[in-house]
Amino acid sequence: MAASLTLLVIVAVTIRAALYRSSLAEPIAERVEVVSPITAWKRVIEGLALLDLGVSPYSGDVFHETPLIIYLFHFLVDYAEITFMLADVIAAVALYMAVKDFNKQVFRKQKFALEANRYPADCLELIRSPTEMHYIPLKVAMFYLLNPFTILSCVAKSTCGLNNAVLALFVLTTIKGNVLLSAIFLCLATYQSIYPLTLCAPAMLYLMQHQYIPVNPRRASFWWFVVQYLFMYLGSLFVIVCLSFFLLGSWDYLPSVYGFILSVPDLTPNIGLFWYFFAEMFEHFRLFFLCVFQINVFFYTIPLCIKLNPEEHLPGVLRPAGLFSFIPSFMAPLDLRWKRQLQLLLRHNFALQRSADPAGVGLFLRLPEEGAPPDLRAVPEEEGRLGGDAGAEIKTLRGRNSPGTLRTNRGGKPASSDGADSYEDI
Amino acid sequence: MAAHRCSRCSWLLLVFIFSFYVSAKSEEATQANDEHASVVDNPQTAAETGKQPSEERLWEATQVNEAVPIDAAAHKQDFPVPGSVLTPTPQLKDDFKEELVIRPLQSGDIYASFQFRTVWETDFTTGSKVSHYRLFPKSLGQVISKFSVRELHISFTQGYWRTMQWGQPYLPSPPGAELWVWFQDTVTDVDATWKELTNVLSGIFCASLNFIDSTNTVQPSASFKPLGIANGTDHRFLRYATLPREIVCTENLTPWKKLLPCGSKAGLAVLLKSEKLFHSSFHSQAVHIRPVCQDWQCKSTSLELRQTLNVVFDLHTSGQGKQEWSLFKMFSRTLTEACPLASSSKIYIDVTDNPQEEQFELSPATPLLSQAVVLGDRRTFSVYDLTQQVTFGTVRSLNVLIRWKSTQGDMLRPLLHAERYVAGYGLQTGEIHTLMYNNHPFRSFPVLLLDSVPWYLRLYVHTLTVTSKGKDNKPSYIHYQPSKDRIRPHLLEMLVQLPPHSVTEVTVQFERALLKWTEYTPDPNHGFYVGSSVINALVPSTVAMHTNITQEQPLFSNFFPCKEESSYFMRVYTEPLLVNLPTPDFSMPYNVICLTCTVVAVGYGSLYNLLTRSFQIEEPNPGLAKRIANVIRKMRGVPPL
Repeated sequence: MAASLTLLVIVAVTIRAALYRSSLAEPIAERVEVVSPITAWKRVIEGLALLDLGVSPYSGDVFHETPLIIYLFHFLVDYAEITFMLADVIAAVALYMAVKDFNKQVFRKQKFALEANRYPADCLELIRSPTEMHYIPLKVAMFYLLNPFTILSCVAKSTCGLNNAVLALFVLTTIKGNVLLSAIFLCLATYQSIYPLTLCAPAMLYLMQHQYIPVNPRRASFWWFVVQYLFMYLGSLFVIVCLSFFLLGSWDYLPSVYGFILSVPDLTPNIGLFWYFFAEMFEHFRLFFLCVFQINVFFYTIPLCIKLNPEEHLPGVLRPAGLFSFIPSFMAPLDLRWKRQLQLLLRHNFALQRSADPAGVGLFLRLPEEGAPPDLRAVPEEEGRLGGDAGAEIKTLRGRNSPGTLRTNRGGKPASSDGADSYEDI
Repeated sequence: MAAHRCSRCSWLLLVFIFSFYVSAKSEEATQANDEHASVVDNPQTAAETGKQPSEERLWEATQVNEAVPIDAAAHKQDFPVPGSVLTPTPQLKDDFKEELVIRPLQSGDIYASFQFRTVWETDFTTGSKVSHYRLFPKSLGQVISKFSVRELHISFTQGYWRTMQWGQPYLPSPPGAELWVWFQDTVTDVDATWKELTNVLSGIFCASLNFIDSTNTVQPSASFKPLGIANGTDHRFLRYATLPREIVCTENLTPWKKLLPCGSKAGLAVLLKSEKLFHSSFHSQAVHIRPVCQDWQCKSTSLELRQTLNVVFDLHTSGQGKQEWSLFKMFSRTLTEACPLASSSKIYIDVTDNPQEEQFELSPATPLLSQAVVLGDRRTFSVYDLTQQVTFGTVRSLNVLIRWKSTQGDMLRPLLHAERYVAGYGLQTGEIHTLMYNNHPFRSFPVLLLDSVPWYLRLYVHTLTVTSKGKDNKPSYIHYQPSKDRIRPHLLEMLVQLPPHSVTEVTVQFERALLKWTEYTPDPNHGFYVGSSVINALVPSTVAMHTNITQEQPLFSNFFPCKEESSYFMRVYTEPLLVNLPTPDFSMPYNVICLTCTVVAVGYGSLYNLLTRSFQIEEPNPGLAKRIANVIRKMRGVPPL
């Protein structure tokens, strides 16, 4: 297995290195489909240039990355390509290990359940086989590394790749049950782009169950763990924020990075929805809708955690909680990838999830594309890369599932079904 | 020297008697002071200038003569102008001069430059309330004292000055409106004062200056140093703004003319008729207020107001193919008198390129010649002195006429000129190219380039390149202030050394931002204007410049103060840019809102559905017939099917 992973990494790195050397690298880096105003490499370079001129990078409205990124690339600017390739490899390997570990747990539980004879007879076909489980981690890594959008983002040197590496490490450490590292990586991810904040709750729930702490608000041990985790999380966040302050000697970066993410003043087109909406919004409604949209990112996380059992459905929780993958103000396609990786983990319970997820995702993805003014920059075909695995799977699952006992009321929800259909059929 | 003075006195006497004899309006004629004599010096020699090919000797002779008016002028400052119409109050010493320079251009066009200067020995800064105004316009005086303005420069320009065809203008100005102001050190909230001032000026000049706000105002750190005397040059008190889109027309000219002491009733200002002035290739009017020294010792300051108006007439289109122009043809008026309030009123015609009258013929001929150092070059001018009745001749009106004989002749290429354009394709990115030409054959000189770019073109300063002669030319000073969206523009200033006989290219890339739909102009597809870049330079001069600014010179030659003899100050404006921005679909904000809200609602609905639905095993649903049968069976008391 390790051999095939190595081979995969070598292939992925070769592709990236070849693209870096080709003439395509420059046009790719300019495409708004690949980079967002926050993650664009051009803006990072601009920030460094401003620093060289003795101007604070945050005094203008071009640079919006965090001070740590400046600090990092202050030293690594000549090795940027290697850094980004390394980040991708780290993310893929971390996902590979995380999924392997997670599958082991799922498999163990499945075995216990089988032994206890808890599954109804007609859903045995949904149970995973060992060979299936064996290939999932490699598939996840492969889909991460060979995904055209990952490759393009890496070639465009979108700093989103770094964020994803941090998030992948967070997933790995959470699944491994390492509380401290999980908190630190989550803090790093939050520091980079507020939205991973929503992952705090599912991570806590998962870690609690991992440590056999009952999820019960009336128990002291529950609250003790929450306090512990929050202390680690907020403490490291505090340290990192202060460190950023000492790097530049001013708090300018707070409004420039986080204020920018939350208030969306830059309407540069990307594959998200915000720019499209706010370019045509009546000015006096702007604040209202801004709040409505941003709240949408955050407020699903707690109910989802309550509804879905995090240990069973960790990826499921991570994913919708990670709505930040498609609602955020400045979305890069790299954000979208998260769904794909996590979807792969969900093979066994996809039938349950189907109604909610593809509907939302499909609509969200399709609409900006259909509605985008034609004279502006086109939105990529996100669907193209779905044909291989996940999309096909949704179909087969549904086919299998229709007469089943776990039937959902499909007739009552035309909208979501339509969304799902259109999503797959493109 | 003594002999010289004698001859001067005798000439003065002669002129005195002659004017007494000819003119009935002796009131004005008696005003003829020493200064008139300065131009009248030795008319025979001056007349010979036109004929003798060996000019160098004659020019030297004139130089000697030039020394005379200097001390004459210095004397003159000591006592108030005699014989003015209004009774002067003793503490208000003010002086008004008017002047028109006409330069035939090599392209066949005519460049006419009016300058009206009012100097007032007053000081607004001391705090004493000034309420008595004589020559100085009260509206401006009140503005200056209320807003603690130290220097104010405002210009309105229609059209672009074509340096390569027309040479250098006496007073450069960018297309559209330009305003720059130095405030007194006592101003605490400069931005608020600036905002108020622009609104007031907008009212005074009937212009859209109220559109000047923080998004188009910059504080240059090195350019736009005070032109008058100044003790501090802290650029916090400087504000500079341009409105490249401003259209200049009659409604701006009328209030401008009202600031003149004689209005448009007498003097040179009668020529300023809007129907002709705006039927031209280039029109620029400006107001410059600055403190100047009263005398060479510079112990006390006076306030100088200069109103200038530059216009270039395209006589090919209006002349029906004939190469001839006159005051009447250009302005549809002739001159009959000087402004009675003016201490000096003159028309200069540049005849440097026409020493033998081989290019054009000037009539009525004037015996007076004068020389001045303008823009690093010594020029010869024919002078018509309007305060002399003899100028108007027997017909009591002056209509200067030039008849072209040949259109040949090569223009001296300006030593410095610049151009600018936008490169690139598509609506996403672009590149601004600024080309600066140094045409000096062997001298290099430094220039200070100022670029103020609106925030919606996001400059990437790391892409800034400066190349000359194919090599990288690193600027020795760069001041860059990045923009803030909807708050302030980009400001880029740099000091570049231009190598001799070279083109220096400055390029910087930008990205076009997408605006909110309400931020677009009513005609968004016309494009957005970016103001001219400003290039300030100390250009090597071919002749020695006059460093003494109090020295009596024609008005057009002494606007920019000169610190050293070997070089002169020059300001060049490039073309403004017209840049297209991507535009959204303006027709459907409503649809966009509906669509987006639907998406959010559907997304929310799906999640809500997922969260609140519970799954349970469902009994198979009996058919309709079966249910009806069951109802009947229930009524009958039979167990259902």
